[in-house]
Amino acid sequence: MPHVLVVYTDDEPGVLTRVASLIRRRGFNIHSLTVGPTERAGLSRMTIVVDTDAPRVRQAVEHLRKLVNVLEVQQLGEHPKVLRDLALVRVAAGPETRSAVLQLAQVFRATVVDIAEDSLVIECTGSLGKIEALVDTLRPFGILELGRTGAVAMARGTRPAPQVRSALQRGPSTGTMSV
Amino acid sequence: MSHTGAQLIWESLVREGVEIVFGYPGGAILPAYDAMVGYPIRHVLVRHEQSAAHMADGYARASGRTGVVVATSGPGATNLVTGLATAMLDSIPVVAITGQVGSGLLGSDAFQEVDITGITIPVTKHNYLVTRAEDIVPAIREAFAVARSGRPGPVLVDITKDAQQSRATLDWEAATPQRHLRHLPVPPDADDLARALDMIRQAKRPVILAGHGIQMAGARAEVMALAERGDIPYALTLLGLGAVPATHPLSLGMMGMHGESWVNRAIQEADLLIALGMRFDDRVTGKLKEYAPHAQKIHIDIDASELNKNVPVDVAIAADLLEVLRTLLPELPKVQRSEWLETIRGWRGDSAVRDIKNLPDDGHLYAAHVMHDLWNLTRGEAVVVSDVGQHQMWEAQYYHHDGERSLITSGGAGTMGFALPAAIGAKLARPEAEVWVVAGDGGFQMTFAELMTAVQEGVKVNIAVINNGFLGMVRQWQAMFYEGRYAATPILSPDFVKLADAFGIAGERVEKRADVAAAVARARATKGTALIEFRVEQEDSVYPMVPAGAALHEMILRPSAIAETGSDPV
Repeated sequence: MPHVLVVYTDDEPGVLTRVASLIRRRGFNIHSLTVGPTERAGLSRMTIVVDTDAPRVRQAVEHLRKLVNVLEVQQLGEHPKVLRDLALVRVAAGPETRSAVLQLAQVFRATVVDIAEDSLVIECTGSLGKIEALVDTLRPFGILELGRTGAVAMARGTRPAPQVRSALQRGPSTGTMSV
Repeated sequence: MSHTGAQLIWESLVREGVEIVFGYPGGAILPAYDAMVGYPIRHVLVRHEQSAAHMADGYARASGRTGVVVATSGPGATNLVTGLATAMLDSIPVVAITGQVGSGLLGSDAFQEVDITGITIPVTKHNYLVTRAEDIVPAIREAFAVARSGRPGPVLVDITKDAQQSRATLDWEAATPQRHLRHLPVPPDADDLARALDMIRQAKRPVILAGHGIQMAGARAEVMALAERGDIPYALTLLGLGAVPATHPLSLGMMGMHGESWVNRAIQEADLLIALGMRFDDRVTGKLKEYAPHAQKIHIDIDASELNKNVPVDVAIAADLLEVLRTLLPELPKVQRSEWLETIRGWRGDSAVRDIKNLPDDGHLYAAHVMHDLWNLTRGEAVVVSDVGQHQMWEAQYYHHDGERSLITSGGAGTMGFALPAAIGAKLARPEAEVWVVAGDGGFQMTFAELMTAVQEGVKVNIAVINNGFLGMVRQWQAMFYEGRYAATPILSPDFVKLADAFGIAGERVEKRADVAAAVARARATKGTALIEFRVEQEDSVYPMVPAGAALHEMILRPSAIAETGSDPV
């Protein structure tokens, strides 16, 4: 079962390497890892989807918590959550099949972002399942290229979990270090 | 006031209380070396950077302070890697400072440029690449805080040459570290404590598993109070030896692969294990599925990632051991467990008759005899620094460590060549202590160039080279599990007495047990470093032994025939 971890880190060079190195070294199988800035300068937020059993996930969380650059790790196990993945699909679509592809894209509320002579690029945002369903549906037409961001996740509810709030309040180091 | 980056390195080290660093100069660290003169810090010039890391490690283990090592970029830095990994696996606070090529050259494959921060990510708690003079003080301050806090470990600070050469203002207060506070342990959960108390109160056959964490937490008195109040025997891990006394009536001895049979049996028969500051290493548990099958388990360790890692436990407490025990102790009634202790004593008696030290002298010299005699002759009061292999296990079995920080050995990494440099570091940390190196002929040959460091620095250590002409532990495995094919294990050694002479130290050779005492006495009386080569039985093996992958109770016991035949019966 895929487990979703949200990791708050310092926004510094090398942090991604440290997280990736830890996960590789401990043998955790990553489904996806995304990273981006947050509402606070100096803080990054990663969403890591790992495909492993519950005890191994707990291990991963505890190891991540030991990294100096990690402020907090939130495990969105049983939490109600929003999980979104963005896909760009270049699909073969000549004059005969173009309208069929467009119709299917509409069903998935995906948008066409580029049209060429015999292909379309379709952008779709959604749950992992929705993206996979779209890709399966388009496959018979011929998928020429597929790019996915990997999942970004957030717990549902009015505000972040307490441990996340306190981590964000502590914030990144106040020092001037660029290391 | 403005300083060069190079000066800021030493300003930081002095303020961190550093009195001694171990290192080796080179191009990229030259500005720092140039600035060192005039600061009240002693520099020990080593013969190889790996040894410098081991010295800093030995210094830290002997004193409880943070060891510091300095090296240049490229090969200087990569030579530290084994030493950092050794410190990492045994949770030793070490700060490594390396020079790096100028920031403009980073990534260009410049002369002696190596990505040491990339290389050392998995073998340090944290590391830094510093490219500006103003970042040096914050990086070094945080490095010390990280190395010392929580579960200790090594930290590396890589400083470019231009950062050492440019100038910045020293503002110590502004550089106060904060990030290490993110991961300090939280107070233990009250429910967990209550459950642990309940389990201890109800246990009939409890055993304490005493680890290295006891020493690091400074919880010796509290662990002894727990043992004595609850009449609970304790078994020790290799790194736990000395954390609590060996000759106490409740001490069982070392557990695990080469633990005494009664110790492992007690663990397998126990109904409660109280694991304190240890991590259920595979050398300690044997086959996990059959480990302590009747026991409930309480595990207290400062590192939450160690809990439920190898052995699933009933109560897992990630907290400072000292704090936990201080909370638990007042709640524990004084009880007697004479029946359980009597049972273990019975097992112990059965083993004693097989023990080599209780067998008549057959004219052969056994390493076990040397260790036993060394223990007697030093009244168990020496700091022994052992290397890795058979002699390390015999030392652990026959030198009974009562004092804290009295055994220094590479447990987790098993780094051969560790002993001599670590001993030099230990002696410099505790000049008043009698320090003994116990090394095999293999490991000693890895780092014996450091004899010259000892001479140059006027350091006195006593060295026992246990020479059996083999890489003994590997040979033992070949004998037991590889049908006796001794692939690459016979090893020649130089004439150690002449070698000692070449280094300008005292040296002698001992081949009979009757000569052990006099040689040890001469070494102790020598003003400088002294070396004794003990020519011991070549194909002797360490017993008892739990073969890799076997359960803890499936031990190969000492063959009682060993003294009669004088050869390895396997």
